[in-house]
Amino acid sequence: MDKQKRNANYNIYVESKVPKTKAWPSLFKAFLVGGLICALGQGFFDLYSHFFPNLAESEVTTCMLMSIIFLTCFLTGIGIYDVIGAWGGAGSVIPITGFSNSISSPAIEFKKEGIIYGICVKMFTIAGPVIVCGVVGSIVCGFVGLFI
Amino acid sequence: MVNVWDYVISFLVGGFICFLGQILVIRTKITTARILVLFMVIGMVLEVFNVYAPFKEFAKAGASVPIIGFGASLARGAIMATKEYGVIGIFTGGLTAAAGGISMAIFASFLFALIFSSKSKRGGH
Amino acid sequence: MQTIKLKNKPYLLNGYSIVGPMEGKGPLKDYFDYILKDDTLKEKTFEKSERKLLQDIIVGAIDKANLKVSDIDFFFGGDLLNQIVSSSYTARELELPFIGLYSACATMAESIALASIFVDNGLANNVVAGTCTHFSSAERQYRFPLELGNQRPPTAQWTITGGGASVISNNPSNIRVVAVTFGRVVDFGIGDVNNMGAAMAPAACDTIREHMKNVGRSSSDYDLILTGDLGKLGSEILIDLMEREKFILGKNYSDCGCMMYDKTERVFMGGSGAGCSASVLNSYILKKLSAGEFKRVLLVSTGALMSTTTSQQGDTIPGIAHAVELEYVGNKPVNKSVTFAKGEKKDG
Repeated sequence: MDKQKRNANYNIYVESKVPKTKAWPSLFKAFLVGGLICALGQGFFDLYSHFFPNLAESEVTTCMLMSIIFLTCFLTGIGIYDVIGAWGGAGSVIPITGFSNSISSPAIEFKKEGIIYGICVKMFTIAGPVIVCGVVGSIVCGFVGLFI
Repeated sequence: MVNVWDYVISFLVGGFICFLGQILVIRTKITTARILVLFMVIGMVLEVFNVYAPFKEFAKAGASVPIIGFGASLARGAIMATKEYGVIGIFTGGLTAAAGGISMAIFASFLFALIFSSKSKRGGH
Repeated sequence: MQTIKLKNKPYLLNGYSIVGPMEGKGPLKDYFDYILKDDTLKEKTFEKSERKLLQDIIVGAIDKANLKVSDIDFFFGGDLLNQIVSSSYTARELELPFIGLYSACATMAESIALASIFVDNGLANNVVAGTCTHFSSAERQYRFPLELGNQRPPTAQWTITGGGASVISNNPSNIRVVAVTFGRVVDFGIGDVNNMGAAMAPAACDTIREHMKNVGRSSSDYDLILTGDLGKLGSEILIDLMEREKFILGKNYSDCGCMMYDKTERVFMGGSGAGCSASVLNSYILKKLSAGEFKRVLLVSTGALMSTTTSQQGDTIPGIAHAVELEYVGNKPVNKSVTFAKGEKKDG
C-alpha cells in the first residue's frame, strides 16, 4: 500500500474529526483580556503624566510599559498570569505582558537547575526569537532609514 | 484631566488587535513565540511606513501596549538614530529605544525567579 | 509471531496505584489505593516528586502482595522523563535488579508483558512491573513552562499525575496473564504533538487486530478492551479504523484517558501519560477482574514515540501499542488483600 497516500488520507480524515474551538467565546475572551490590559496601560500612562509632567510622552510610555511588565512578572511568579492566559488566549499574549510572561515563566520554571544554568540560560527559551527578530528587524529598519 | 475616551479607545483597539491574534490562534495553531514575533514585525512595518505615529495618536495605549508598539519603537529608534548619528545608529538605535522594556522584563523575571517557584496546574481553560 | 501465548499463565498477584489530587476527584476515585493531597510529595523539584511517587507505588505494590522487597527478582519499569530517570532512581533506592523500558505511554503493558514472560519461563518467581507520570515534570520537559499563559488546542490531552505497579508471580491469585502482544511501530503521518490520540490510534488498531487474530478471539469475547491514553478523539478514530477492518468495538471498549477525569475537569480530550493505563489497570480493572465481574480483559497501552527534537525537526509521530490479555480464574476465593480502600497508610 502506498504509505504516502495512506498518510495523506488519514490526515484528511483526522482533520475532519478534530473538534473546533468554539470561535466566538474565545474571540470575545481575547478581546476582553487584551482590551483590559491596554486600558490598564492607559491608566498607568495617565498616572505618570499627572505626577511627572516634565517627562516627554515617549518617556511616559516607557514608564508605563515598564510598570505593566513588572506587574506581569509578579503575577507570573504568584501563579496567576497562566490562568489569565489560559482564559484569554491571544489577549494575554499580544500585549507587552505576553512578552514579559514569556521571559519570566521559564526563569521561574528552571530555577531548580540553578541561577546560571537555570534562570539565566533558560530565560530566553520562548522570548529569544522576539529579541533576535527585534534586533535584526531594527537594524534593517535602520538601513531603510538611511534612504528615507 | 482624565479623559474617559482614551480608555474606551485603548480598550477597543487593544482588544481588537488581540481579537485578530486569537483568530490566528484558532485557525493556525500558532505558538506564543510566533505570535509575538509576527505582531512585532507588523509594528515595525507600520513604523517604517509612518503609519504607526498617527495610529498611536488615535489609539493611545491600545497601540503602545500590544507588542506592535514594541516593534514600532525598535524601528523608530533605529531610524531616528541613523538620521542623527549615521551608520552607527543603525546598530545602536533600536535597542536603545527598547532598553527600558527589555531591561525591566529581564530584571523583574530574575528577581521573581529568585523569590517564587512554579506551581502545579489545575485544568485548562 | 508478535503474540506470545504464555504456557503457564503467570498470576497477576496484586497491584497498587497512586494518583494526584486532580485525578483523585475523577470517576475512578474509589478504586485508587491512595490519592495524593499534595502532588509535590514534599520534594523540592517535580522530577524528585515523580521519583518519590514511583518509589511509593513500587513499595506499595510489594507490600500489598504480602512480599518483601528482597522477594522481588526483577523490577521492570520506565517513565516519560529523559533517560527514564524516575525508574532508574527508584531502582537505586530500592536496590532492585532493574530492567529499564521505554515505550512512552505504552510502558505499563510492555513491563507486564516482559515480566510475565520471565515468570512464565521460570526465570523469576516474583517480578514487579510499574510506571508513573507527573503532570508538572512532563509539562516542563515536553511542552512549556507551567507559568506560561498559553492556550491548549482542543485536541490536547492532560498528562496525569499518578501511576501503578503490578506484581507478577507464580503464586496463585484470581488473575492470570494469558497472552501478550508486542506492537509494531506504526506511523500514519500525524505531526501535531497536540493530537497524540490520532497519532497512536493506528498503532492500537494494528496491535488489537494482530492480538485477536493470533489468540483466535473476537472482540465480543472480552468483557473489556481498554486502550491506554488515546483520549476521546483517539478512541473515536480507533473505533472507525477497527470498523474498516471488520472488528466491531462496542460497549466493551473503553479508554483509560477517557475514564480518568470527570466531564467537569477541563482536560480537553482526557488523560494521557504512562501513568494513565498503569493507574487504571492497577485499580479499577484489577478490582473488577479479581472479583470476577470481568472474566477477560485486553489492556492495550498506547505510546507516542517522538521526542521534542524530532517534532521540532518536523518529523511525524510514530505510535506503538502493546497488548496484555488478563483472565479471571475462579480458583481462589476473593482475596481480602485486594480490597481497594483509598488512603490506607502513607501520607502524601
